[in-house]
Amino acid sequence: MKLRQVFANGIFRENPIFRLVLGMCPVLAVSVTVVNGLGMGLAATFVLVCSNLIISLLRNVIPKEVRIPCFIVVVATFVTIVDKVMAAGVPELHGVLGIFIPLIVVNCIILGRAEAFASRNTVGRSLFDGLGMGLGFTLGLILLSIFRELLGTGCLLVAGDFGFSGLEVFSESYGALLLILPPGAFITLGLLLAGINWWSGKKGEER
Amino acid sequence: MVDLLVLSFSTIFISNFVLARFLGICPFLGVSRKLETSLGMGFAVTFVMTMASVITYGVQKLLVLYNVEFLRTISFILVIAVLVQFVEMIIKKASPVLYRALGIYLPLITTNCAVMGVAIINVDEGYSFIQTLVNGFSAGLSFILAIVLFAGLRERMEFAPLPKAMKGFPIALIIAGLISMAFLGFSNFNLQALFGL
Repeated sequence: MKLRQVFANGIFRENPIFRLVLGMCPVLAVSVTVVNGLGMGLAATFVLVCSNLIISLLRNVIPKEVRIPCFIVVVATFVTIVDKVMAAGVPELHGVLGIFIPLIVVNCIILGRAEAFASRNTVGRSLFDGLGMGLGFTLGLILLSIFRELLGTGCLLVAGDFGFSGLEVFSESYGALLLILPPGAFITLGLLLAGINWWSGKKGEER
Repeated sequence: MVDLLVLSFSTIFISNFVLARFLGICPFLGVSRKLETSLGMGFAVTFVMTMASVITYGVQKLLVLYNVEFLRTISFILVIAVLVQFVEMIIKKASPVLYRALGIYLPLITTNCAVMGVAIINVDEGYSFIQTLVNGFSAGLSFILAIVLFAGLRERMEFAPLPKAMKGFPIALIIAGLISMAFLGFSNFNLQALFGL
């Protein structure tokens, strides 16, 4: 596989959210607004890229028997860095994302990529895999949160940390409150997955 | 005593770990195809959650003592990983019957974010030792309640005529959404009246 394919693989063919259906906890929890989704996605991307880099560098040093604890320590280090940087730089976003920042450490995607890709591939390829998977995760989160924020509140891109009050598309009184409550997360993601299944099924028939 | 009851009730029903806080979604979606296996997973998770709550309470006290609270994430995840291994070994020796029932689920629990989540919530909320214990156990019960309800509905869905695109995860997520909607009804519950305060 070429580097370009490694990169695109994470975004389309093996998109973590829509194809692998991994790491659903933060996806459901933070997709209330687009900015929250973007923040979570970028935090996870940073951890994914850095841990892929370090693990692929150390892949010949780490003994096979204790590889999982070693991976966890590497991942946890970067999660702590992200946690502290976000607490200092974007305190409001950090407060909203809450426990889901430290919980990146138990996100199946990150440990999964470390085990399935970074521990078997060169540094360059692992870097691109991390970037692709991270961006695929971020784009999936943004797509889901566009639906939830727009249909739930009538606004888009509300960002408290940057003093931006959002674009009002329609009045809030027409918004479907359910979509920003917990059930809305499950239902929106379910419908989105069904839509993507239907679309890719149709494309498969045409071929 | 009454405040512990209120804490337990709100952890199980009002802010249910799976349906309102979105913790432990992976096993919730992955191990809920059959009622028996979901019950087994539920018991294993409850056991580990209670133990993890108690032990991370001690770890947090140590971290504060040595003024290294920034090591919380890294030390909690290691403690949980070790705990799960340890529990697995003990159960294997002490009760082979229980091991056969729970054994296959135990390794999966290390990466269950509900276990790590309950440990972090206990610290963030500043719970006392007893509150930590009650919250850990109730969190496990809330997981059992959610996964058993969900598995029961999912078993019936196996035979329902569905469009091809809706099969599998999409319909499962929509069912989860409907259960979660039912649990929203608890959010305005008057706990004071319920427990006679």
